[in-house]
Amino acid sequence: MQKRVVFRSRLLPYLLVAPQIAVTVVFFFWPSYQALESSFFLEDAFGFSRQWVGLLNYTELFDDPGYLRSFRTTLIFGLSVAFLAMSLALALAVAANRVVRAATSYRTLLIWPYAVAPALAGVIWYFLMNPSLGIVAYWLQNAGVDWNHYVNGDQALLLVIVAAAWKQISYNFLFFLAGLQSIPRSLIEAAAIDRATPFQRFWTITFPLLTPTTFFLLVVNLVYAFFDTFALIHATTEGGPVDATSILVFRVYSTGFVGQDYGSSAAQSVILMALVIAMTIVQFRYVERKVVY
Amino acid sequence: MKTTSILTLAATALTATGAAAEKAEVDFWHAMGGQLGEMVDKFAADYNAGSETCQVNAVYKGNYTENMTAAIAAFRAGEQPHVVQVFEVGTATMMAAGDKGAIYPVYQLMEDAGINFDQSAYLPAVISYYTDTEDRLLSLPFNSSTPVLWYNKTALDEAGVEVPTTWDEVEEAARKLKENGVAKPFSFGWQSWTQIENYSAWHNIELGSQQNGFAGLDTEFTFNNDAVVGHIQRIADMGKEGLFAYGGRRGDSRAQFVNGETALWINSSAYYGGFKNDIKDFEFSQTMLPLDTEVADAPQNGIIGGATLWVLQGHEQPEYACVADFFQFLSQPDTQAFWHQETGYVPITTAAYELSKEQGFYETDPGTDTAIQQLSLNAPTPASKGVRFGNFVQIRDIINEELEAVWSGQKDAREAMDAAVERGNALLRKFQAANS
Repeated sequence: MQKRVVFRSRLLPYLLVAPQIAVTVVFFFWPSYQALESSFFLEDAFGFSRQWVGLLNYTELFDDPGYLRSFRTTLIFGLSVAFLAMSLALALAVAANRVVRAATSYRTLLIWPYAVAPALAGVIWYFLMNPSLGIVAYWLQNAGVDWNHYVNGDQALLLVIVAAAWKQISYNFLFFLAGLQSIPRSLIEAAAIDRATPFQRFWTITFPLLTPTTFFLLVVNLVYAFFDTFALIHATTEGGPVDATSILVFRVYSTGFVGQDYGSSAAQSVILMALVIAMTIVQFRYVERKVVY
Repeated sequence: MKTTSILTLAATALTATGAAAEKAEVDFWHAMGGQLGEMVDKFAADYNAGSETCQVNAVYKGNYTENMTAAIAAFRAGEQPHVVQVFEVGTATMMAAGDKGAIYPVYQLMEDAGINFDQSAYLPAVISYYTDTEDRLLSLPFNSSTPVLWYNKTALDEAGVEVPTTWDEVEEAARKLKENGVAKPFSFGWQSWTQIENYSAWHNIELGSQQNGFAGLDTEFTFNNDAVVGHIQRIADMGKEGLFAYGGRRGDSRAQFVNGETALWINSSAYYGGFKNDIKDFEFSQTMLPLDTEVADAPQNGIIGGATLWVLQGHEQPEYACVADFFQFLSQPDTQAFWHQETGYVPITTAAYELSKEQGFYETDPGTDTAIQQLSLNAPTPASKGVRFGNFVQIRDIINEELEAVWSGQKDAREAMDAAVERGNALLRKFQAANS
């Protein structure tokens, strides 16, 4: 028999979810509506006057080649961060899973970087890679690499990708490790008896059984790369050189807060919002089908 | 006997707290971090100690952009501070807000408070940046600097080169320095301000129409002229030769100069205080900006950077009286001279300059009067008075982007300057539409 909770009063269930609904309305729906509304207006910085401009803020964006480049940058950035952070985390998790001695200390050390705020993670890497002061830049220069992320856009993008991925590895590591530990040992032992090599065992048993975790992490990592890395970019490259590291969310900030152009900034938020909704739908409809739970 | 004295003490303490509670409070948001922030705190503390009626609360709100944004957001929410420090490129935005009643102009504030405020005590090159068309002061100049050429005297002597005074000499000196083992001989920071805005003013070339925006919102950029393009191309060529190394948009390349990789560095005179602390391995000094002899025979004058204090509307009159009193305090020659000598910012009143001279500061710290001499070299012309463009914070970022495209070899100077002018003009039109 199924266990069911029955509410005597018809009002009570609504009352119980009311706080959550209120939070969602106040902190999600209301700001989203405001963003949507101001994206149709042109406004001065202090908010004395606003005029209806229709879709002007949107058409201007799509006429701007810089904005279109930003889509590309965001995509490269997001995919690279997700791939790098997840593959390294998986490798570390597999390794940590086999460690017998001092396992907890390894794990604790690997989880540590997660406690670092994105802005600080950025600054740490920024100092390491600074062409005049950084130790890593010094090694690179000795190895014959002409490192200057102030001028070279690809290097700057690489820098922020590495910094963003580094910070996310710990989080992914935790989930992969938990996922690995939940895989029944009997399956792997059975495969070993059938003379499957460790490599084969990983790809035919462990990896497919990890797909729910991998899928979950993919969503989380992409959302992280698209939105939470703002502080990191703000603290290091500020979108430059040229606009090599100017991802969409950074543009929203610089248009709105540096430029005080609230209309265009709101239009960019709306586009970003639409993008995330689309991305989530695609992920759940198509990618999730391939996931084995 | 003892009890009475304790009671008296308690009574005095009570009156004292009573008086403190009645002090009118003034919120002052500023963008001075680190050592500079400590000095601003000291100013506020000194003022509070000397005033029986006013209490100034100085709060650090992040860098210039963050501070200004915070104040504007606070204004929209009705929580604005009394005084906010805004950098020079935010002037047009603040002025446009003034027309709509968000700003309490300083000349008005002083008049209402009955303070005899002598505008002519300030340096013309400083004050002209912040006056309206009727020559009335809108915001109080606080920290003003101007770009100078910083040089590593030890490295120059070792390479056997003189301190350069023209751009040809800069190039020649950089070449010799490079031969002598200086890795990145020449560099600069705040490139729009030092290499485009000040380069133009120094050679008396307008950056945009309508007197650099002073005469109207319908201004258009013209800095894609031959002189500026030629100058940017020269630096790009120096980069290809390894004589120039770009090191970031703001002051990031300071590290290059301090560790000796760079021997010629153009940036604000306000680096003096920090350099004095940090540079121990070599002798450094400053001199005036180089002249481009193909463009002009003699330099005009430099323009300032830095920030002023704007007063926001929406508070009680007694509090504004305190603001006026605090401004009066900040303008004292002692305060100004101390600020100038400690930081390298320009002494913004003539009296502070005279006082520093009397105190022998320029003899003990030679070169520190470079900035003020550069600013007062000639009477400012419409091209050298300053710049007043709307959305200029954002436009500076566009200029940064386009210049970076030149330094990395993606564009030549002509293409980049044309693109910067076109993109900048679009933002000027947007500002005009939003503010008229």
